[in-house]
Amino acid sequence: MDQVIGNLNGVDFTLGGTLLELSYLLAALFFVYGLKLLSHPETARKGNFYAAIGMFLAIITTILLHKNAQGVGIPLVNVWIILAALGVGSVVGWIIALRIKMTAMPQLVSFYNATGGAASALVALLEFPNADMNNTGSVLVTILGLIIGSIAFSGSMIAYGKLDGKVGDIFSGMMKYVNIFLLLVVVAISVFIMTSGQTPEQLNWAIYLLLAVSLVYGVMFVMPIGGADMPVVISLLNSLSGVAAMMAGFIYNNQAMILGGILVGAAGTILTILMCNAMNRSLLNVIIGSFGVGGASANKDQVGDMKEITMSDASILLSYSKSVVIVPGYGLAVAQAQHACHELDVILSGKGVNVRYAIHPVAGRMPGHMNVLLAEADVPYNQLFEMESINPDMPHTDVVMVIGANDVVNPAAITDPGSPIAGMPIINAHLAKNIIVMKRGRGKGYAGIENELFFDAKTRLLFGDAKNTLQNLVNEIKSL
Amino acid sequence: MVYFFTYKEAIFIIALSVFLGIEVISHVPSVLHTPLMSGANAISGVIIIGGIILVGHSDASRLSLELVLGILAIIFATLNVVGGFVVTDRMLEMFKKKKK
Repeated sequence: MDQVIGNLNGVDFTLGGTLLELSYLLAALFFVYGLKLLSHPETARKGNFYAAIGMFLAIITTILLHKNAQGVGIPLVNVWIILAALGVGSVVGWIIALRIKMTAMPQLVSFYNATGGAASALVALLEFPNADMNNTGSVLVTILGLIIGSIAFSGSMIAYGKLDGKVGDIFSGMMKYVNIFLLLVVVAISVFIMTSGQTPEQLNWAIYLLLAVSLVYGVMFVMPIGGADMPVVISLLNSLSGVAAMMAGFIYNNQAMILGGILVGAAGTILTILMCNAMNRSLLNVIIGSFGVGGASANKDQVGDMKEITMSDASILLSYSKSVVIVPGYGLAVAQAQHACHELDVILSGKGVNVRYAIHPVAGRMPGHMNVLLAEADVPYNQLFEMESINPDMPHTDVVMVIGANDVVNPAAITDPGSPIAGMPIINAHLAKNIIVMKRGRGKGYAGIENELFFDAKTRLLFGDAKNTLQNLVNEIKSL
Repeated sequence: MVYFFTYKEAIFIIALSVFLGIEVISHVPSVLHTPLMSGANAISGVIIIGGIILVGHSDASRLSLELVLGILAIIFATLNVVGGFVVTDRMLEMFKKKKK
């Protein structure tokens, strides 16, 4: 049966093999179409479903139809082992995915990214003994899969730890040189493996050394990056895990893996670039982490005093406004204040106030995180506006309420060419008629610079935890 | 140059797929950044195929390092795939609810 199609033109292919290749092609098409749908709001859910179908198809046909070089299929014992492993992973993955809080989404994505990277590194490591040392290409993709997978794994684990507050930031000038050194070591070992002419068995020590150094590099590379740069790092690591999967795809010459990997790599790269643009910084600048050191004019003296506002004054000001724009930031996510924020927005809307949200592209801790948080709190998404579309309306806005955001509303980005954030696109909160800022304390933002907006004559501050402050404000407005 | 001709096919696939990837994903509204990332993340779990091939053809009669690491690779990749797709669906469901 298997030889039905037979040997055409001297090319040996079987029915099973052909079906398998076709199913990989189909899976790859499902991935492409799924991602296409995933990038439009109305079709996104369907797109995710299609991508999952593609994956399911590829897994099933691999188990049923894959044959090794000797034409032997997967023995039944191994099928059971594979199914057991699939079962364990599915159940655990499913449970975590259903239980996770939306505020913890960045941690979860980092964690899953780490597991993907680890799987790529393991596959490359185990395939190395089978590599044909005379085939430069095959050795290269194996080594690259190992290196990139390891970096994606250890880097994502550190990112996960940071987002979860388990790992702190370590800034040090030395770090830059250590990282360059580690990278050189990685390249040196790779070149040695490729040119030594030894067998994979003899090179066993080198491949494990390469694994170890790559893992250390992943840790050291993410360690100094933190705070507002997290969206960039997560996107970058995401793209790395895709590239690692692509490399492994070349080991097996598997089109579904290659195409899937490249698509993920491209998605991650695009998001990385978008995030970098949103902060007006180059990728190199983020990785080296020279932010917050402060330019010449960064530490200039305060322009005036911060003026506080009482709850009752704030509630009156908000209730009698025509239009209010809320600018949520990192602080809102940390305080988990999205529900309280929506409560305020509902009660104000009930009083005939036009309430809108202005979302900066890097608000939150990963790309688009703020949108997810507000969606979770039932904020309709026609109330969410991107920076470019709401900025022209700012001069006609009665009150802008900045909740836990800082650098993204700092006018220094426009007015002070010497500022570290000069040129970064901001939400023009300073153009509104009144500004209310909710802040935990008098500290500076992530960039470590003063924000003139807080000292503006039109600005009033409400100090305290965003969630409590918002709840008090809602109660105050109710009792008006 | 020799390498270019040896790996011509691979280079073609990479070049065209990168272009395709960028075309498909660019102009994503920021509402969808997080779901797109977690969905793409799930797709990167396609490495699971490699894990299945490895474990599928390794000697299951005795417990070797290769077998254990291979099983680990499958478990990791499954976490990535299943968790990624499920959580993306959960997020998108939230968006859907809002539209009414």
